[in-house]
Amino acid sequence: MLIKTEKDIPASEITDPQVFANRRTLLKSLLAMAAVGGGLGRPASANAENLPELSPTPPAIAHNYTNYYEFSYRKSEATELAQALRTDPWQLEIGGEVEKGGKFYLEDILKQQALSERIYRFRCVEAWSMVIPWLGFPLAALIKQARPLSSAKFVKFISVYQPESMPNQANNAILAWPYVEGLRLDEAMHPLTLLAVGMYGETLAKQNGAPLRLVVPWKYGFKSIKAIVKIDLLSHAPLTSWHRFAPNDYGFYANVNPNVPHPRWSQHSERLLGSGFFTPRRKTELFNGYGEQVAGLYNNMDLRHFF
Amino acid sequence: MSKAQRFLAFKIASWLPLAWVLMDVAFEQLGPNPIQALHIRLGDWSLRFLCLTLAITPLQSLTAWRGLSDYRRLFGLFSFVYASLHLLVYLSIDHGFVWQTIAIDIIESPYIWFGVLAYAIVLALAVTTPIWAKKKMGKNWKKLHRLIYVAIIAAVWHYFWQLKGNIAEPMLYLLIAVILLGFRVLLVEKNRKVGKLMIPRGRKKPVADPLEIEGDV
Repeated sequence: MLIKTEKDIPASEITDPQVFANRRTLLKSLLAMAAVGGGLGRPASANAENLPELSPTPPAIAHNYTNYYEFSYRKSEATELAQALRTDPWQLEIGGEVEKGGKFYLEDILKQQALSERIYRFRCVEAWSMVIPWLGFPLAALIKQARPLSSAKFVKFISVYQPESMPNQANNAILAWPYVEGLRLDEAMHPLTLLAVGMYGETLAKQNGAPLRLVVPWKYGFKSIKAIVKIDLLSHAPLTSWHRFAPNDYGFYANVNPNVPHPRWSQHSERLLGSGFFTPRRKTELFNGYGEQVAGLYNNMDLRHFF
Repeated sequence: MSKAQRFLAFKIASWLPLAWVLMDVAFEQLGPNPIQALHIRLGDWSLRFLCLTLAITPLQSLTAWRGLSDYRRLFGLFSFVYASLHLLVYLSIDHGFVWQTIAIDIIESPYIWFGVLAYAIVLALAVTTPIWAKKKMGKNWKKLHRLIYVAIIAAVWHYFWQLKGNIAEPMLYLLIAVILLGFRVLLVEKNRKVGKLMIPRGRKKPVADPLEIEGDV
């Protein structure tokens, strides 16, 4: 006869929390280092010089105004519901046209990457913008480690599929889940393109894309995919979620461009969140103000056609 | 409560949504994008009053209540008031009266065209509200005021065309609009049939405009 103690203690309860705690501590210390580093001598992110007037949006706004359709169409509700997302442990798979693909724990990836702070403008296709101090590392560093094959031309990003915590995934609402985004390889390798794990000196809040998200500051916000679980290098362009949903409304490139209106609304100006009443909207800049760094990626391309 | 008191109560109540949103402005309860929130709240109320305005006639037909035309005028005017505030917030608080940005925004945003159309109609109806205007315009007054049907469709369109795909809320308004307009279609049908019955055999001329029978539309 099997004699049981009153409480059965599963192995996971003994070992895992320790491991989890270590992971969190590691991430926090990395972020702290990055934040201090950023405070002392801001990393050589080119935009810091070109856009000296960038002062971060109050964090309360960035924490409570985010589109996360997996949870809800309402931004405030999405923030609440997103707290149910399980982010620990987190694995990222890298695959496709690479020599060294595989599945990696986020903390193992972070041990190899130098985190830095980048203050970027963030422009949503809904014609509002924020200024966010991100903490992260260049996507290029990760892709280089995976050693892309010469056949690799595009990068596909896939968000987490967690229908038990994401109501709109469970309901198959609007988009085909999980969320998919993509970049051309040269866009992905651009030094401004960031994989972020934190903002405002702290780990990413769940509603803001924890634990790992993309940040492409010269593109509309929907390109900056949240909660990434998979990165595939491809020889062809991936079918991205919003483009699949409404190809005439949302292009693959989705570069911020005041001269190319969305079919139903203008992109000429934007509301900088945190600015007061009677403050006029700011005029949207081509490539969200990062033209000097990225315009070269689109030489000889008709930006009206490739919107 | 007397009739006059009841009417006054509705008049006061119609200002409450404005008081409520102003309170929210004062106490910073409008969230991270307060300008947009204020703008949308006012637009919502304009649309709601438009629905109320259109609900009066069906209500009179389906119940024993009569003499509600004062309420129809009241709600119609409040739809105009909230639409005007909605527009004013857009021009002033959001755009700071920078006309160039405003012009480009309107030209490039088809969803705004429908808002402009709805507002132009509601404005025309509000301006022609006084009794003397009604008398002066004669039959044209009724023709003009039938544009309210166009206004509600334009307003709902204005609402849902700015969204990315989450159309549950505008669909609710569309449903209400369809019910309210559908009722009138049924009414026209009914009147046409009644009209035919009233024509003596041998004569074929039907009633010129079935809606004229009802009087109130």
